[in-house]
Amino acid sequence: MPDATVLTLLFILPFAGCLLTAFFPSNTRNIEAWIAGAVALGGLVLTISLYPSIAGGGSVRAEAEWLPALGIGVTIRMDGLAWMFALLVTGIGLLVMIYARYYMSPDDPVVRFFSFLLGFMGSMLGIVLSGNLIQLAFFWELTSLFSFLLIGYWHHTVRARDGARMALTVTGGGGLCLLLGLLLLGHIVGSYDLDTVLAAGERVRSHDLYLPALFLIFLGALTKSAQFPFHFWLPQAMAAPTPVSAYLHSATMVKAGVFLLVRLWPALGGTDVWFWVLVTVGLGTFTLGAFYAIFEQDLKGLLAYSTISHLGLVTLLIGLDSALGIVAAIFHMMNHATFKASLFMAAGIIDHETGTRDIRRLSGLGRIMPTTAILATVAAAAMAGVPLLNGFLSKEMFFAETIEQHVPSVFDDALPYLVTIAAIFSVVYSLRFIHGVFLGPPPTDLPRQPPRLPSWMVVPVALLVSACLLVGIFPGITAGPYLDAAVRAVLGADVPAYSLKVWHGITIPLLMSLTALVGGTLLYLVLRRYLASGIEGPPLLRHLDSPRLFDKSMVLLCWRAAAGLLSVLGTRRLQPQLRLLVGVALVAGLWPLYGPGLRMGDAAPSTFDPVLALVWVVGGTCAIGAGYLAKYHRLAALVLMGGAGLVVCITFAWFSAPDLALTQLLVEVVTTVLILLGLRWLPKRFAMIDAADYRVASTWFRRGRDLAIAATAGAGLAALAYAVMTRPVSDGSISRFFLENAYKEGGGTNVVNVILVDFRGFDTFGEITVLGTVALTVYALLRRFRPAPDSIERPEQQTRRRPEALAGEAEDGGLSDAMLVPGLIMRLLFPVIATVAVYLFMRGHDLPGGGFVAGLTMSVTFILQYMAGGTRWVEARLTILPVRWIAVGLLLAAATGIGSWPYGYPFLTSYFSYAELPLIGTVPVASALAFDLGVFVLVVGATVLILIALAHQSVRTHRPERSEASAAVASEAAAQPAREAG
Amino acid sequence: MELILALGIGVLAGSGVWLLLRPRTYQVIIGLSLISYAVNLFIFGTGRLRIGQPPILTPGTAGDPAQYADPVPQALVLTAIVIGFATTALFLVVLLAARGLTGSDHVDGREQEKS
Repeated sequence: MPDATVLTLLFILPFAGCLLTAFFPSNTRNIEAWIAGAVALGGLVLTISLYPSIAGGGSVRAEAEWLPALGIGVTIRMDGLAWMFALLVTGIGLLVMIYARYYMSPDDPVVRFFSFLLGFMGSMLGIVLSGNLIQLAFFWELTSLFSFLLIGYWHHTVRARDGARMALTVTGGGGLCLLLGLLLLGHIVGSYDLDTVLAAGERVRSHDLYLPALFLIFLGALTKSAQFPFHFWLPQAMAAPTPVSAYLHSATMVKAGVFLLVRLWPALGGTDVWFWVLVTVGLGTFTLGAFYAIFEQDLKGLLAYSTISHLGLVTLLIGLDSALGIVAAIFHMMNHATFKASLFMAAGIIDHETGTRDIRRLSGLGRIMPTTAILATVAAAAMAGVPLLNGFLSKEMFFAETIEQHVPSVFDDALPYLVTIAAIFSVVYSLRFIHGVFLGPPPTDLPRQPPRLPSWMVVPVALLVSACLLVGIFPGITAGPYLDAAVRAVLGADVPAYSLKVWHGITIPLLMSLTALVGGTLLYLVLRRYLASGIEGPPLLRHLDSPRLFDKSMVLLCWRAAAGLLSVLGTRRLQPQLRLLVGVALVAGLWPLYGPGLRMGDAAPSTFDPVLALVWVVGGTCAIGAGYLAKYHRLAALVLMGGAGLVVCITFAWFSAPDLALTQLLVEVVTTVLILLGLRWLPKRFAMIDAADYRVASTWFRRGRDLAIAATAGAGLAALAYAVMTRPVSDGSISRFFLENAYKEGGGTNVVNVILVDFRGFDTFGEITVLGTVALTVYALLRRFRPAPDSIERPEQQTRRRPEALAGEAEDGGLSDAMLVPGLIMRLLFPVIATVAVYLFMRGHDLPGGGFVAGLTMSVTFILQYMAGGTRWVEARLTILPVRWIAVGLLLAAATGIGSWPYGYPFLTSYFSYAELPLIGTVPVASALAFDLGVFVLVVGATVLILIALAHQSVRTHRPERSEASAAVASEAAAQPAREAG
Repeated sequence: MELILALGIGVLAGSGVWLLLRPRTYQVIIGLSLISYAVNLFIFGTGRLRIGQPPILTPGTAGDPAQYADPVPQALVLTAIVIGFATTALFLVVLLAARGLTGSDHVDGREQEKS
C-alpha cells in the first residue's frame, strides 16, 4: 500500500470504529471491547508501518480539497513528531481499551464508552496528523467535546456533570482563542498550510499581529495542558472513569497543548515574550502542581496534580527556547505518558479492588496485591526521577537545560535552584503514593476486600512499566532513533548533539537529581506526621480554591451579568427600551455630523406662501395638542391627530402629489374610525386622580428628560429635512428612467401608479400580502377578545341619553332615532360611493387613483353603513365575505404575475395594449390592470375584515348575560364573529 | 417653503417621539401615527418641492425630469402610507387585546411600582 493510503486509513479508522460501536445494543460488552481493541491495534500497526517513511526526517502527506478558494483542505501529514504522538495515541489507546474491558462494570452502558473513546482517539490523531491550521483547530475542539462526554460518562453523579462542564468551558474557551490565534497566524503567513507556516518564522515574528496571535495560541495551549492559572479543571476531571483519566487526562489530550507549542516553535519561538511567558507559567505550574499533589488525599487527585506539575515542566522546557530544551521536552512528554498512564491504571486497580481511593484509608496493600504494588512502585520511581528509569533521563536533560544561561537576569540565575525545589516536591508525592498505599500496617477500613489473584487489568500496566524500564536502561536502542526522528521534524537539519546515556559521570544535573531525591525523602519524613493527620488541602494555599472561584465567576457571568443586562436591555419594560432606541437613533444620526457639521443646501428656495404657512401653523398646533391631550382626552387627541393628518394631506396635494393626497385622506378616515371603535375599550382616566404623581420630583425629571429627547429628535429631523430639500437635484437619480419609460413600457401616464403596479410590482405584491396578513392577525386576535372588567358596562354616553330606551325595543340605546335622517342619506350614498370607487380604480393607470385608493373608498362605504345602521343592522345584511376577498385578491395578483411565465418572461412582466370599446372609447388594457384589480379586491377585503372584527366587539358585550361574565358565554361570543365574518 | 415644511416635520416628529415615550398605549399609538406623518413627509421632501407639476405624463411622450415632480419618493410614500395603516390597525388590536388580558393600558401590561 502506498504511504498516503495507509495514512488516510489511519486517519479514518478510529472514526469508523466509533460509528460502528455506537450502533451496538447497549448491553453487549465484549464485542465493542474487541472492536475498540482491534481498531487501536490496527492504528498501532499502521503507525508502525509508516516509520520507514519518516525515519530520515521526511514526511508523508495525503490531501483532499475542501474549500480550495479559502486555502482550506483536509491535509493529513505525518512527520517524526506526529509519528511519535500517533504511536502514543494508538499504543496507549490499545492498552487502555484492554484495561477498560476489565475495569468497566457490566452495569455501565459500555457501548457509549467505547464509542466515545474511539472518537477521541480519532480526534487526537486528527490533531497530531493535521497539516492545516484550521483542521487542527477543528480536531482540537473535537477532543474537548469527547473529553466532556467522557468526563460526564457517569452523568448521574453531580461531580461528573460539574467536572465535565468545567473542563469543557475551560478547554473549549481556550479552543476558541486558539482558533482566533491560528486564523491570525494564517493571515500573517497568507496560508494555513502547516509547512508554509513553519517556514515563515521570520515574517511571523516581525509582524505587527505577532503578539495577539501568540497570546491567543498560548491561551489555547495553556488551557488544554492545564497550566496555571487554568489548571483547576484537571483535578475536577478525575470524576471520569479511570481509563479516561489514564488516556485523556495524563497521556494524550493534555499533551495536545505542549504538542502544539513544540509544533509551532519554529514559527513562533525565539522571542523574549515566548521565553518569559512560558518559563514563568511553566515554573509556576511545575512548583505549585507538585506542592498541591503532596497534600492531596485522593489517589487520582494526587496523580492529576502531578500531571499538571509535569506538564509545567514541559512548558518550562519549551519556554527555554533552545534546541536541547525541545529535545528534552519531547522526550519527557513520552516518558511522562508511559509512567503516568501506568500509575493511573494502578490507581484504578486499587479503586476497583478496594472500593476507595482515599490515601488515608489505604495502607499495606503491598502484601495483598503484590504485582500491582511492584509495578506502581517502579512507575512512581520513574515519576520521582530515580536512575535507571525513563523519568530520570529526561529530568536530567531538563536540569542540564535550566543551568544554561538564557536571558541575562536574576530569575534565570535562580532557575536551577527553583526547579530543584520543585523536583524535591515531586519526590515527596511519589514517596507518599508508594508509602501511603503499599507499605505500612494492613488496611482496616476498606469498603471491599481485594481478591488475592491479580486481574487482567495488570497486563497493560506491566507493559507500560516494562517500557519505562527498557527506556531507562537502554535509552540509546529503545528510544534513540524515534526521538531523533521527532526532533528532526521540529528542528530540521541542525539537530544539536545530545546523548541518551544513563551515566554521564558526576555532573551538576546528577547532583541536582541526587539533591532532589535525598531532600525529598527527608521532607517526606518531616511531613509524615502532618500528612497522616488527614487534613484536606495544602497548607498556606488552602483558601485558594480555584474551582470555587471558577464557579463564582461563572455565576457572576452567566447569572448576575446576564440578569443585569436583562434589566437594562430586556423587554419587560417598554419605555426604557424605546428611550434607548430613540437615543441610539439620535446618536447614529448625529455621529456623521461630528466634525464636518450639517451643511445646508444652496438651491434657490421656493417662494413663501402665507396660506400654506398658516395651514402649517394649524398642523403644528394640532400635533402639539395631540401630544398634550393624548393621556386624558383621547377623543380630542384623535381629532387633533386627524387635523395634523389633513394638513399632511394638503401638503401632498400642494406639492404635486395627488395620489398621495388621495390615499392619505382615505387612510385618515379609515384609521380614525378604527381608533374610535377601539376607544370604548380603554379605561377611564382622570387628571385629578393622577394629580398626586405630578407633585413628585422624579416624575418631573422623567418628563423633562423625555421632552428633551423629543425636542432633539424633532429639531434634528427638521434640520435634516431642510438640508435635504435645499440641495440641488442630482441628475443621476433613477427617477429619470421611470419618467421616460412609464408610458413607453408601462402604458400609463400616472407614473406613480405605473411604478407601483408595473415596475415595482413585486414590492406591491409583498405589500398587499402584508396587508392581508395583518387583517387576518387582527381577526384572529379579536376572536378571543376579553374586555377588561371595568369596560364591560354599557358606555356612559349610551346610558345617559335615553334610559327608558334601554328597557325595551331599542337595543342600540336609541341610536337609531338620532341617526334617522343621516342614516337614510348614508344608505343612499352606498351605490354612489361604490361607483366613485370603480371610477377611481379604472382611471388609476393614467390619472390619480388606482387599486389602493379605490379599495379604501369602497371600504368607506361599509364604514358609513355601520355608522348609519349600527353593527347589528349591517351584520344582518352583510353578504361580503372579507376573508375570501383577501384570498381572491392575492391569487389574482399572483396569477397576473405568473401569467407572464407561459410567454417566457419573468414573474410580473406586464403586457399592455389599447382596446376600442363601444360608447366608452379607448381603454388601456394592461396586465397591470388585472394586478391592480387584485390590489383593489384585497384592500377591500382586508379593511372590511378589520372593521367587522372591531365593530363586532361592541355587539356581543352588550348582551345582558355578559355582566355575569360566565366563561362559557364569553367563549361562545368569541366564536361568533368567526361565523358571521368568515 | 422648505423651511416651513422642515419645521412642520420637526414639530410632528417631536410630538410623536414625546408620545412614544409615554406610559399609556393610546399615547404610543397616536405618537406612532404622528411620527409616520413626519417620516412620510421627509421622504416626500427628498424629491424636492414642486408646485403644479404632478407626475402625470401627456400620453405618448417620454417624461423629462425637469418638467415633473419626482415620482419615486411618491411611490415610496404611497407604500408607506398603506403599510402604516396596516400597522396602526394591528397595534390598535394588540393594544385592545393587552388591555383586555391585563386589565391595564400601561405599555408594560401592569402599572409601574411607585418608588
